[in-house]
Amino acid sequence: MNYVTDVAALARKDLLLELRAKETVPAMLLFVLSTLTIFHFALPHGASHVAALGLLWVALVFTALLGLTRAFVPEREQGLMDALVLAPCDRSAIWLGKVLAVLAFLALAEVVALPAFAVFFSGIDGRTVGAVALADVGIATVGTLTGAMAVAGRARELILPLLFLPLAIPVVVGGVGASAGAGGRYLGFLVLYDAVFGLLAWAAFEYVVSET
Amino acid sequence: MLTARNLSKRFGAKRVFQRVDVQLDGGQLLLVTGPNGSGKTTLLRVLAGLAAPTSGELTLPDRSLIGYLGHEPLVYRELTPLENLQLFARLYRVPEGAERIGMLLERFGLWEERHQRVGTFSRGMQQRLGLCRVLLHDPQLVILDEPFNALDAAGADLLDGTLEELSERALVIATHDPGRVERFVTSRLAFG
Repeated sequence: MNYVTDVAALARKDLLLELRAKETVPAMLLFVLSTLTIFHFALPHGASHVAALGLLWVALVFTALLGLTRAFVPEREQGLMDALVLAPCDRSAIWLGKVLAVLAFLALAEVVALPAFAVFFSGIDGRTVGAVALADVGIATVGTLTGAMAVAGRARELILPLLFLPLAIPVVVGGVGASAGAGGRYLGFLVLYDAVFGLLAWAAFEYVVSET
Repeated sequence: MLTARNLSKRFGAKRVFQRVDVQLDGGQLLLVTGPNGSGKTTLLRVLAGLAAPTSGELTLPDRSLIGYLGHEPLVYRELTPLENLQLFARLYRVPEGAERIGMLLERFGLWEERHQRVGTFSRGMQQRLGLCRVLLHDPQLVILDEPFNALDAAGADLLDGTLEELSERALVIATHDPGRVERFVTSRLAFG
């Protein structure tokens, strides 16, 4: 029970920080809309729906990356990871609280991005929405772990994309596959990715934030 | 409370400190002095459990019994003092957290500003809030890195009074102004 309330308190803190600072979500919204607009004009006339779906996934992954680069900014700039790590709560609660906040930011960006995609390109079906929701879980769990790794190291701006993007390739494969028609199999793949990488990230966070 | 034997710390080829021995119990204060870059902060981080020593033995109390103030006050600037302390009271499972928070904010002169964002505070006010955070869970081992930094005369007097009240606790303080804590000092460690 304590674990759940710790996670809730930490997630609430991150949502409150964003509500006050208004930095991450507006940037994500602007980025995803700009990207979809560029893709709209860049994609040749008469290009297939599948090609457009591929670009949607590119836009979503890079929008997520933008959000993830901001995820640990307060902890990094104000040294607050020390204060959180010193607290006697389970350290994975710090990770899970951050994952929930990142999920909320991604969901907000997609509430705008998916209708915008439908306007610029073509409508999206329930499978795509389901795939996006499942992909968000994988992106948030893995991205939060790699974000914490980047906080600990030097050249942070380089480390996060270098760590996150290779790990996000299966998400894109599963997402595009599910959107493009072979729904069930790829949705199952995304569920498996979420479960395996979520569990690994949950278990690994303690070691990532422990300074050697 | 805190035992360190033959403690050493290196960052790659750079030796930060070596063969440090510390034995600290309740009612004792270890004063750490030395010039900038001599390794005081790294030692304090090791003693707080925030960094692992390269070698040596270190016995620390449970995390819930340690209070640490670093160079930064370690509070969220976009939150209010009340929100900051409520978060840490939750994480430290402070019983009757609201009362304790109210008492600390009153003592450190931040009660009137409890609903203002910390980002609007002066550095000295942030430092006072950092001290509230450190003392919130009534730690038995208190580690303070340059605690008088940025404090005005009134804030420094408040901290003096607080140190007197903490005289039953184990304290480790690094400061460039050893005169302020001289009367509490039971052991010293000089770097550089």
